[in-house]
Amino acid sequence: MANADCIVIQGSNMAECHPVGFQWVAEAKARGARVIHIDPRFTRTSAIADTHVPVRAGTDVVLLGAIINHVLSNDLYFHDYVVAYTNAATLVSEDFVDTEDLDGVFSGYDPRTGAYDSESWAYQSRAEPQVPDQEGGIQGPTGDEPDAKTRAHAGGHTLGASGAALEHAQVVRDETLQHPRTVFQILRRHYRRYTPEMVRDVCGIPVEQFHEVARAIVENSGRERTTCFAYALGWTQHSLGAQFIRAAAILQLLMGNMGRPGGGIMALRGHACIQGSTDIPTLFNILPGYLPMPVAGEHDTLEDYLASIASPLQKGYWTEAPAYTASLLKAWFGDAATPDNDFCYDYLPRLTGAHGTYQTVMEMLDGKVEGYFVVGQNPAVGSAHARMQRLALGQLRWLVVRDLQLIETATFWKDSPEIATGELRTEDIRTEVFFMPAATHVEKAGTFTQTQRMLQWRHQAVTPPGQAQSELDFYYELGRRMRERLAGSTDERDRPLLDLTWDYPQDEHGEVDGEAVLREINGYHLTGDRAGELLSSFTEMRADGSTSGGCWIYTGVFAGGVNRSANRVPRDQQDETAAEWGWAWPMNRRILYNRASADPQGRPWSERKKYVWWDEEAGRWVGKDVPDFPADRDPSYRPAPDQGGPAAISGDDPFIMQSDGKGWLFAPKGMVDGPLPTHYEAQESPVRNPLYTQQRNPGRLVYPRKDNLWSPSGDEPGSDVYPYVFTTYRLTEHHTAGGMSRWLPYLSELQPEMFCEVSPELAAEVGLENGGWATIVSARSAIEARVLVTDRVRPLTVKGRTLHQIGLPYHWGIGRDAVVEGDSANDLLGLVLDPNVHIQESKVAACDIRPGRRPHGDALLRLVEEYQSRAGITAVTGNERLDEVTPEMAARRAAAGSGQQAPAPDETEGEG
Amino acid sequence: MAGNGSSFLGWPVLRQLASGDLLGRGAAVTSRRTRETEPRTSTADRVVQSVCPYCAVGCGQRVFVKDEKVVQIEGDPDSPVSRGRLCPKGAASEQLVNSPSRQTEVLYRAPGATEWQRIDRDTAIDMIAERYLESRRNTWQELDDKGRRVRRTMGIASLGGATLDNEENYLMKKLYTATGAIQIENQARI
Repeated sequence: MANADCIVIQGSNMAECHPVGFQWVAEAKARGARVIHIDPRFTRTSAIADTHVPVRAGTDVVLLGAIINHVLSNDLYFHDYVVAYTNAATLVSEDFVDTEDLDGVFSGYDPRTGAYDSESWAYQSRAEPQVPDQEGGIQGPTGDEPDAKTRAHAGGHTLGASGAALEHAQVVRDETLQHPRTVFQILRRHYRRYTPEMVRDVCGIPVEQFHEVARAIVENSGRERTTCFAYALGWTQHSLGAQFIRAAAILQLLMGNMGRPGGGIMALRGHACIQGSTDIPTLFNILPGYLPMPVAGEHDTLEDYLASIASPLQKGYWTEAPAYTASLLKAWFGDAATPDNDFCYDYLPRLTGAHGTYQTVMEMLDGKVEGYFVVGQNPAVGSAHARMQRLALGQLRWLVVRDLQLIETATFWKDSPEIATGELRTEDIRTEVFFMPAATHVEKAGTFTQTQRMLQWRHQAVTPPGQAQSELDFYYELGRRMRERLAGSTDERDRPLLDLTWDYPQDEHGEVDGEAVLREINGYHLTGDRAGELLSSFTEMRADGSTSGGCWIYTGVFAGGVNRSANRVPRDQQDETAAEWGWAWPMNRRILYNRASADPQGRPWSERKKYVWWDEEAGRWVGKDVPDFPADRDPSYRPAPDQGGPAAISGDDPFIMQSDGKGWLFAPKGMVDGPLPTHYEAQESPVRNPLYTQQRNPGRLVYPRKDNLWSPSGDEPGSDVYPYVFTTYRLTEHHTAGGMSRWLPYLSELQPEMFCEVSPELAAEVGLENGGWATIVSARSAIEARVLVTDRVRPLTVKGRTLHQIGLPYHWGIGRDAVVEGDSANDLLGLVLDPNVHIQESKVAACDIRPGRRPHGDALLRLVEEYQSRAGITAVTGNERLDEVTPEMAARRAAAGSGQQAPAPDETEGEG
Repeated sequence: MAGNGSSFLGWPVLRQLASGDLLGRGAAVTSRRTRETEPRTSTADRVVQSVCPYCAVGCGQRVFVKDEKVVQIEGDPDSPVSRGRLCPKGAASEQLVNSPSRQTEVLYRAPGATEWQRIDRDTAIDMIAERYLESRRNTWQELDDKGRRVRRTMGIASLGGATLDNEENYLMKKLYTATGAIQIENQARI
């Protein structure tokens, strides 16, 4: 980021949430970079920025879409980059119909399931008739190869990061970008109505300020300059969060800012190893290295499974998925995994839908889950709809909480707010609770993967106190004892556990050797001359069972038998790339897709932004980083049409993990709620969607339940009962649900109490006093907080109407053990999820605010009910998938496969 | 107050003049106790390189250990990520390790009980292993309602991993998957 000429921080308060990382923004600014902060609140990030742009929460697609429209309409994009490196020139199927033509839905929408069939979004197949445009600009082969369209997936959970397989990469392109069905022209039409005036009316941003932002990005992009975006949960926690990030990706590709120094989109993640726990996932839908978890009915055999990840005829490294998968299964099931039994592929359990944490909590409430491990998390405070979380804990048969302190999740049975309201009674809660003390980061050795994919080894400083132990030891021990109990079992279902490789060396304290586990993750040669040697690269992995490796993207971390995550060459003894500090996946590459830092011929775009380039004499890619490209691939190389895999990557295809080698402006597959980001209002919004009749994301996941109610939106009757918008956020001094901060005296003293931020105007309107108390009421619950009256939150003017937003930190919870306690903002939230990634909408919701403390006991429940009744809320409110349109529009939608009528029940899968 | 001897040379004004500390904010007013206090960082038995456990920036930490106890945690100036800096949370991480309220014993709450009881860790792990296998038996699904083989349990769930090590997440995912548990999640979903 220090190399950026302009930094746009949107959906993040980096200065307060990643203070030490923010020094690089300050460094960039000191070198002359422009810093722009786009956020509902003025924060310390805004204070450092050149410009703070207050925005109405949840409207980012309108702002980004308008910048996209601006650069397209005024020819301000990076033309050479866009034509060569993106799919701008690629033609899309004739069957594709845009939201502009269907009043807010794309073609292929099924109103009964709320899911899209993405078949009509596919690239034009060469099997389709081609009508060259008047300039005859169509390129690409013709013939009778297989149809490029493949079956759509029912939901985001069925995709690994490979996302979108294509049958082959021989797409049809018009490099003049003139054909009406090029991605470029589709993009242009899609964002035509996203204008500065629309930004003013939707986001509450004045037209002049919009132009200031657009100008800064345009002036700081191109050959000589780069712009960087940074975001955090302000973009992810929305009912269309993944599309916010897609919108930024489109803009960054159009401006030529991907794969280049000082460019990119930085995801500022919030936990020490949250990147690692995604790479080696404790997530339901993926296996290590972003391989998907198998889905019943779709991946019944290994062959089906591999075919869904990548076709052998598409481009890039996902075509090697058979080698990654076989190596993973060899690492897990050892000698039991053979080519004849498909490496024990059948041992893997199958998904039948979304099994995320929120779906699981609802299953808990229904009594379907018996046991729950909570490991370094505090869902009773930190998960959305915290009330539902706590009530669900009371329905378990057993609960294991592993933590450093007695967090609220461990003590819910005696001091949760529901005990105070009388909804739960300690003696009636049948849940058995085990509290297991955990080891801190200095009491165990291992790696964290930080937010830029870098693994850093931590050495053990001391042994854990008392009975505390690491998760490594606990899970090893748990597995060992379960295997012991099942030893000799002839039950087929126990085979996976009994065949599991589960033999790790322990030291004199009985602690498992973390390096042995990291070596297993790296992988080995299993046969031949090099048997027993560690793999040095994932390209050495084979599909025949001759290699192992627990996570293919991490292969190389132990290359040559050296733990490279422990590399610690001090910063003053190496260059700015700092390649000898830690190890970044893949292959220690620090900037992904860095081939794009050079032009199609392999020359740096400019001397100033030189990073990786083609050395003609050496016949190799060289530069300041490990090239993220086949090292000896000449820029002029063109594959034969029937080639696939890494060999099919052209010398000018920088995006080597994409099935066509290009950056995707338009996503023909992979996004479940649309190929292009489109603005929808949040689940609860005071405003009607001015762009479409469709108010909310039709693909969002809704859960109509009596314990998950929503306020009416826009001008619907009852919406004035909850007239204000609230947004949740973090503070510097606390860490998520407080388990690692509210028990520490220093941090508790610095931020002792739950508070709400309100503008002086709102304070005057409602009668709130700075330092006094306020009660905030949503359709789910009510909480109390100290009042902070501040100019940091400004009322916005949206279509002539004044809108108030309220800021709520969410770190506090009710429990007797912490140094400081308070109501949890998560109690106010309900469950509505982004359909791609199943993350909840925490960044925008509706509420009322009133002076004074909240009532206690049963009176609290009555207050919430009184509001619900006044607003006329039922379980259906806010959960409609489609809003009513004119009969003409309904007919047009039906013709595009997005019918209003529900099809016969047996025609679609039951996944919501 | 510990001073510079009892002679008149120890008078504050003279000390300020003699030591060049004219404003009396440095050496002239340093107490003996302060002079004799050595930083914990210089008396530590060893210094161990580590990484901050809070956010994902990955700031370098130096952990100072004396008598097998962590006595201080500071930023690692060698780190190209953090250049020696820590935020308030990272700087407070010594308290995370040595917190007086930290739990170091295994606690058990029986169904319906109003209080915790202490149990031995070995016993606890045995009990958990038994419950795990029993719940797995109770809720095992060989086939789903459409007759497709799923080979799993929907009766066991897990939440957590983002604060843990890669090696730990790896063992967790491996073990859960082999037992057929699929509702395995962490903060990345939140």
